[in-house]
Amino acid sequence: MSLLERESADVVMTPDNIRSQKLHVGLNLGLAVGALVIGMALAYGFSIGNYVLGVVLGVVFYLVGLQVVAGRIEGRRAARDRMWKTLIYAACVLAILPLASVVWTLISKGAGRLDGDFFGSSMNNIGARDPEGGAYHAIIGTLEQVGIATLMAVPLGVLGAIYLVEYGRGKFATTVRFFVDVMTGIPSIVAGLFVLSFWVLIVSPWFNDGRPEFSGFAASLALTVLMLPTIVRSTEEMLRLVPGPLREGAYALGVPQWKTIVKVVVPTALPGIVTGIMLAVARAAGETAPVLLVAGGAAAINFDPFAGGQQSLSLFVYQQAGDASRYAPARAWTAALTLVAIVLVLTVAAKLLARRNSLSK
Amino acid sequence: MAKRIEASNVSSYYGNFKAIDSVSMVVEPKTITALIGPSGCGKSTFLRSINRMHEVLPNARIEGSLTIDEQNIYDPDVDVTAVRRLIGMVFQRPNPFPTMSIYENVVAGLKLNGVKKKSLLDDAAEQSLKSANLWNEVKDRLSRPGAGLSGGQQQRLCIARTIAVEPQVVLMDEPCSALDPISTLAIEDLMFKLKDRFTIIIVTHNMQQAARVSDKTGFFSIDKTGDPGRLIEYDDTQKIFSNPTEKKTEDYITGRFG
Repeated sequence: MSLLERESADVVMTPDNIRSQKLHVGLNLGLAVGALVIGMALAYGFSIGNYVLGVVLGVVFYLVGLQVVAGRIEGRRAARDRMWKTLIYAACVLAILPLASVVWTLISKGAGRLDGDFFGSSMNNIGARDPEGGAYHAIIGTLEQVGIATLMAVPLGVLGAIYLVEYGRGKFATTVRFFVDVMTGIPSIVAGLFVLSFWVLIVSPWFNDGRPEFSGFAASLALTVLMLPTIVRSTEEMLRLVPGPLREGAYALGVPQWKTIVKVVVPTALPGIVTGIMLAVARAAGETAPVLLVAGGAAAINFDPFAGGQQSLSLFVYQQAGDASRYAPARAWTAALTLVAIVLVLTVAAKLLARRNSLSK
Repeated sequence: MAKRIEASNVSSYYGNFKAIDSVSMVVEPKTITALIGPSGCGKSTFLRSINRMHEVLPNARIEGSLTIDEQNIYDPDVDVTAVRRLIGMVFQRPNPFPTMSIYENVVAGLKLNGVKKKSLLDDAAEQSLKSANLWNEVKDRLSRPGAGLSGGQQQRLCIARTIAVEPQVVLMDEPCSALDPISTLAIEDLMFKLKDRFTIIIVTHNMQQAARVSDKTGFFSIDKTGDPGRLIEYDDTQKIFSNPTEKKTEDYITGRFG
């Protein structure tokens, strides 16, 4: 008799336990319904809560009951396996619930103003009693600000990450990596204040006859500061995942290092790099504080990111949500829905693009 | 085309750790030389020193001189990429570029070094794949991913990729250790074929393989862990496997061979 057999009889395969009964699906379902009924009865019977408590109690009873009943029929090990599996599924559902709830709320409340007016007009000359008004200017602002920020942050971030992974050795690289880590934790309002004090108050007067000026470009600068560390870190992680032998394989063909990086290393890591970039873009598109500080948030359409205040979608949501007009909340919801839709479309497009370049289609 | 390699007193270091201690050997052109010895004895390190792949690792360096047809490849003014173009390498695990097709993998060395003409690339791809005994298996699916081939096919793809740039020396670092006997046989046949054009140095743990394919054999060993590896004996393969001069060589060979 082996040690395992003596000490833990139920994990060892014997002629007796190699076959076991399975819990019948009907019984399982009955158990679930029963647990739910008891949970509801307790919650409402003692009037200690509503259906939420009923469901929670029901799930707990179901898990306990499953353990007991399945333990009788299937044996201890199988019952434990079944309970954990159920618990993991429950946790998964619990994690998806808030997300689904957010999406549902956005769509149900935001659909009301999904009209041509919303996408075709700004808030210029819209008073508190006017039901019209739209986010055209905010959509323009978001696209321009995030677009310019991406144009600045992606090359810098990806090149910085390439330096850190492929070339960086010694003190300087360690220092750079440390500061990137520190930058990751910068609150967005601090980035906004930095651009406000540096760009808006010190640099912009040179271009504007001595008067400081808000601009969409200033917002782009703040967003760049926020995007850079995310892009550097995620790209760095992805480049590190590229196996060393792949680089050596290219070197062994007499391919110079820079070409190895451009043609072998980066393409291999591209899908991951794109995912990291899209996370940074999504974060930047959702930032409100820095835009409020350095772009001001105008009511009128402003196509020029370099002169005058500009609106952005997230800032528009913030302003409309706090507005006294009874038409404002609907605009805020629709703007929030638009923002999510834009980020979603960009992400899907980027993923498709990254996939088309590799062979894994 | 094939070149004579002469190593004199080559010592390799990883930081402060000395991996091999003053190895000297001469490899004649158009021969196959096998390097054998226990794990960790420095044969791979020595192999990687021949095409300056050793220095890719941080803090790795080399002492001594390594000449290819009288040119010391460790002279300060030597271009590393030129050396590697001259001395190709096949690795232990097949490493096709995962983002490239079979065709692109084969011509990668040419394309990335500036050959643009499609007709030249096509010819080179066909020739190299034929030399690597892979053409018949892949000619209908050249645009499929290289990583989708079987292990043995991938390794032959890597060999095709290596010989496509027409190096003068081909280094092989245990090229068959991850392959089944049939693929191993295919690669050994291939080595005999390539011997007419290239100088080949192969590191192997398989002594039958060393005995089968090589003209000369070098036996590396270490006294104990932490000591640098040394070249114990270097002679004709026949002699090494039938009547070695050194006791250590005999012990190693008989210990696993009988």
